[in-house]
Amino acid sequence: MNLRLSDPARHIARRFFRNRMARVALVLLVLLSVMAIAAPLLSPYPYDFQDLDLGPVPPRPGHWLGTDDLGRDLLTRLLYGGRVSLAVGIAATLVALGIGVSYGTLSGYAGGRTDNIMMRIVDALYALPFTVFVIILMVVFGRNILLLFVAIGAVEWLTMARIVRGQVLALKEQTYIRAARALGFSHLRIMIRHMIPNMIGPVIVYTTLTIPRVILLESFLSFLGLGVQPPMSSWGLLIRDGARAMESYPWLLIVPGTTLCLALVALNTIGDALRDAMDPRHTPR
Amino acid sequence: MKAMFTFFLKRCLTAIPVLWAAVTIAFILVRLAPGGPFTDERAYPPHTLEQLNQHYGLDQPLPVQYMRYLGGLLRGDLGPSLTQSGRSVNEIIATAFPISLELGAWALLVALIVGLPAGIAAALRPGSWLDHTTMASALVGICIPPFVLGPLLVLFFSLQLGWVQASGWNAATDRILPSITLGIVYAAYIARLARAGLLEVLPLDYIRSAHAKGLHPIRVIAIHALKPGILPVVSFLGPAIAGLISGSFVIETLFHIPGLGRIFVSAAFNRDYTLVLGLVAFYATLVIACNMIVDILLALLNPRIKIKP
Repeated sequence: MNLRLSDPARHIARRFFRNRMARVALVLLVLLSVMAIAAPLLSPYPYDFQDLDLGPVPPRPGHWLGTDDLGRDLLTRLLYGGRVSLAVGIAATLVALGIGVSYGTLSGYAGGRTDNIMMRIVDALYALPFTVFVIILMVVFGRNILLLFVAIGAVEWLTMARIVRGQVLALKEQTYIRAARALGFSHLRIMIRHMIPNMIGPVIVYTTLTIPRVILLESFLSFLGLGVQPPMSSWGLLIRDGARAMESYPWLLIVPGTTLCLALVALNTIGDALRDAMDPRHTPR
Repeated sequence: MKAMFTFFLKRCLTAIPVLWAAVTIAFILVRLAPGGPFTDERAYPPHTLEQLNQHYGLDQPLPVQYMRYLGGLLRGDLGPSLTQSGRSVNEIIATAFPISLELGAWALLVALIVGLPAGIAAALRPGSWLDHTTMASALVGICIPPFVLGPLLVLFFSLQLGWVQASGWNAATDRILPSITLGIVYAAYIARLARAGLLEVLPLDYIRSAHAKGLHPIRVIAIHALKPGILPVVSFLGPAIAGLISGSFVIETLFHIPGLGRIFVSAAFNRDYTLVLGLVAFYATLVIACNMIVDILLALLNPRIKIKP
């Protein structure tokens, strides 16, 4: 694989890094991710370690963000929760990416009636109350984390399919695609080797913006008690516990709430900045 | 007018397969579930259980039950609730929907009152500190989930200051916190969309001409620029209104509001098959209806969009 950035990619990267907000957001996100990944190294406690004699204490040395009513260290649970939330966000987005890109490419490439029917199906699916289905799924099939990926991914692929289809329609008429077809390459090869790499830009942007939506959906489900189950930890779950205990121990709500918001703001900022960097009409600030 | 009517008719016809799909998927999902509506902690004697199943037709083969349900749906009869004895699903929706509707209406009001002026103000001075602050707040507004904002508002305004009740839906002041919690995200989106829409319109020639012929700047903005500039907001409002009035799962649970969202979550937990299916059908109808109304509105606002019969 060629690791040297191509010229347009370098150009976009330069424009991206010129954006101060984007730089801050990127640093924040990398910091959060590294801390979440390194949770077992950073924290002296396991995620479900209870110290019932200690009970809930406000932030203090040894428990830098305090503990919950079972004496579990909040910083530890926040880091482990970050692992779950970020992992669900990325995994479910990959599911959505896979379905959306293949569906959109197929639909746009096939064109004509097939395209028409496939897009009508997407339109119809848009009208379905998906959150409702996800809730039914989670209630019905137990709160299995693998199912959570699939359920969220199955919800979020629709817009991706539309974006990709639009790209394919535009690419299809380009000379190099026609040339590839004239050379007798198979349709599959043209789609995978020639089309998908050339529409990577909008796909990356939309992917970056999907991750925060997925993280939000996971937290929402965990908050309703339908997502990640205790004693595991996730940001949504911590917020749920925090909201119950906030009257006496407000830090239990404020700390995970702020963390989740920061992560979402960072991800959205990066997504927006990438979009601006790729948009030639946009002059970077 | 005729075009409008055929458009309306055609939309209603395409809504039927969508509705059918929604109900069918939901039917399959709830019936695949382990457990049933009568297998909760209070264990029924086998004889009673048999009678209950017989009474609600749950002893029939699934395809028969499915066809029966569809038959009822065609007549607008959503069947009896399985867990709230003696009440029909129609009745339950009829009592809960007005509550969700009211909450949604207040939240929409919050969203428009906060979002529109903020977006317009930001668009008039692009690049200014006002613009930057507004857009930064909008970003935070979009990113702060209702299940974080809600408890924080409760913590501050009812637990600390004691101004309003923490939960419930009785006094007029009970409307304040839930409406703000629900509305703020939409306000943020509206502000962004209004700003973007206006920024597209403001540099156009006809706006310059309107200024040049000496019209009052407020008139130019309010009459000439706002109508086309607001289009993105209108197309956003379709799904947004559907989302606002169909009952928010989080907010109704959080504030103990007896609306559709809270009923849906508990119905799903209790395996109340008919109630879950009825609510799914109701949601789908609501979403379709809101989208249709918005498409008609868009055509009225934008002469370039023609309603295709």
